[in-house]
Amino acid sequence: MDNFIQAHNIRKAYGEHVVLDDVSIDVPRGKIFGLLGPNGAGKTTLIRIINHITMPDEGSVIFDGHPLCTDDMLHIGYLPEERGLYKKMKVGEQAIYLARLKGLTAREARTRLKAWFEKFQIMPWWNKKLEELSKGMQQKVQFVITVLHEPPLLILDEPFSGFDPVNAELLKREILALRDKGHTILFSTHNMASVEEMCDHVALINHSRIVLQGAVDDIRERYKDYTYSVEVAPDAQLDGQIDIVKTEEGPKRKVLIVHKPQDETNASLLSRIAAQTEVYAFSEILPSMNDIFIRAVQNDELH
Amino acid sequence: MHKLWIIIQREFAVKVKKKSFIILTILMPFLIAGLIFVPAFLAQMNSTRPNRVGIIDQQHLLPDTLMRDTAQISFVRLYTGQGATLSKSHLKHFISKNLSDDALTTYDAIMVVSDSITSANSVTLYSTSEVPQEVETYVDKRLTEALRDHKLRNYHVKDINRLIEDANAEYTVRTVRLDNAGNETMSSAEIAGFIGMILSLFIYMFILSYGGMVMSSVVEEKANRIVEVMVSSIKPWQLMAGKMIGTALVGLFQFLIWGLMITSLFMIATGLLGISQSPATAMPSGMDAGQIQSIVGQDSGLEFLQVLQGMPIAEIIVLFVLYFIGGYLLFASIFSAIGASVNEQEDTQQFMMPVILIFIFALYAGMFSMQNPDGPLAIWCSYIPFTSPIVMMVRIPFQIPLWQIALSLLILYGSAIAILLLSSKIYRVGILMYGKKPTFRDMIRWLRFK
Repeated sequence: MDNFIQAHNIRKAYGEHVVLDDVSIDVPRGKIFGLLGPNGAGKTTLIRIINHITMPDEGSVIFDGHPLCTDDMLHIGYLPEERGLYKKMKVGEQAIYLARLKGLTAREARTRLKAWFEKFQIMPWWNKKLEELSKGMQQKVQFVITVLHEPPLLILDEPFSGFDPVNAELLKREILALRDKGHTILFSTHNMASVEEMCDHVALINHSRIVLQGAVDDIRERYKDYTYSVEVAPDAQLDGQIDIVKTEEGPKRKVLIVHKPQDETNASLLSRIAAQTEVYAFSEILPSMNDIFIRAVQNDELH
Repeated sequence: MHKLWIIIQREFAVKVKKKSFIILTILMPFLIAGLIFVPAFLAQMNSTRPNRVGIIDQQHLLPDTLMRDTAQISFVRLYTGQGATLSKSHLKHFISKNLSDDALTTYDAIMVVSDSITSANSVTLYSTSEVPQEVETYVDKRLTEALRDHKLRNYHVKDINRLIEDANAEYTVRTVRLDNAGNETMSSAEIAGFIGMILSLFIYMFILSYGGMVMSSVVEEKANRIVEVMVSSIKPWQLMAGKMIGTALVGLFQFLIWGLMITSLFMIATGLLGISQSPATAMPSGMDAGQIQSIVGQDSGLEFLQVLQGMPIAEIIVLFVLYFIGGYLLFASIFSAIGASVNEQEDTQQFMMPVILIFIFALYAGMFSMQNPDGPLAIWCSYIPFTSPIVMMVRIPFQIPLWQIALSLLILYGSAIAILLLSSKIYRVGILMYGKKPTFRDMIRWLRFK
């Protein structure tokens, strides 16, 4: 698979404290990669290493096929978890300044910034000082600044925190649009719903180590616990051979959550149920990323 | 390099556009010029209305040429012994009337000559309040001279008149000098010390305020969290260097503006002093040089300017800039490291203490150096980089050997660069460290981080 970013066996310690221990991740090109993990697991340090802000003690980062170097900073857009811009500086001036540091000319930056501001309908903010804007507005400005130089790699640390639902939706659309244009996006989040909706791949860090990594679909498949949702007639009475975890009664239909023995095929389970009642619907329930996250972390704690 | 330039530009623009910078830059030269010239102008203003002294000399005992008008005193004979002499009570009445009448005719003092001036207590000065100091001094002086002349003449030495004239001529010159030294003016060594002190205060202020500016700007970036965005575009050393260079340029820019403003203010002020000097020179030709020069305040201002012109001004300016840059590099590096280590402005206090103590020590050393510019304290402190900018500014107006300056600058720049390198390591780690307040020990540990 074509990986845009590869981190190989990264180790980073501050004095005695090991922050990352033999961490390797592969971020496929043009995909959204979710970096998950509890607070303090080492996500931010890993992100800083990929950003070329911090140097690893051991290991290497491959950026677009070559070892990460200083010039690659121009091709990364970084939205840190702790948002921050110059409070006293005017929004437009500030965005152009930061874009110039990312290698754009002042004129180019101005043109692109205008396009974004018009798209978001925030032109009146141009000459305001940042501190005059609300928190949400500041977040929006910072997102625009992050993507202004159209970097092939976007690193977003908790991009949705601080956004109201309307703007979070807007942001989500923009991120997906950027992916569709071929940008690779690495984002770290606690928001599992957004992981399921958006991420193609994830890596889960716990206690300085990767405990789980892969395509979201594969992981959910791997963690599935053979649970099915079956809609049957409301008066259906099934024999004790069927392992019913839960029943949801309804006037016209009854929904059963059923557990299947691992070695039984779906067809066999379905025919066993269908022999006893009318089946309206039959589908497998894959575990949510949230469940997987909790299980993986708990599992890791046990070892 | 291009990015560094972008950062320098922003740091410069942000600081120059600040209201406080604009106000201070414009006001400061006026303040300084005011401090130097207001006393001179005030002294001149006093002398615009001379003290009026009325003389009552009923028996014409006072030689006409003895009490001559000066810039500050004018004498008017009110009553010479042409007619009948006044009785004692009449005299008293006459004096009080002349002292307390309306403004135009009022006298500041009345001088009554009751006996030959060669005898004691022959002359009395009357006044409603205190007799003006300058009047008393002048009258005393002239009477003493007259008395001495008289006594000398009594010795019947051959050519006594010529001798006295000779002696007097010399005496006049010397009184002028005594007047100057005793009253307002300073010797050139004192002026050199004064200029040195001003320069050292200036460099102290410059280094501390611009170093402080760097620190608060570092703290602000860290507290704002923009620093993480910045270091995702540029290397921390570029940010630190850009900030230090940009801020230093602001300092030099301010220095340039002040230099231009002070120069033009000086030119205007000397112009004003020169014009107001003309009435004095246009005074009656009978006045001697001493009387012209005794225009208090004016000559002190003029002499100050003269000594100033005698100073190696170009050398002083070049060295001021060199010492500012060196001292600034040294202290701003330390300040950046402190700023990067703390989480908010308040936390800087504890780290600032030792630095401020160094500054205060340097100021004291500077003051002692003013009294003894070639003493061991002065010389040692000229080589210690933490004190040399301040102490050297005191010593330079005293014209010290070039090799001492060269050595001191070499040490200053060498250690500034060493400290800069260490500080940039602390800075690099510190700006991304949040959480608990670091100790000096932590900061030293950071030096070893990769």
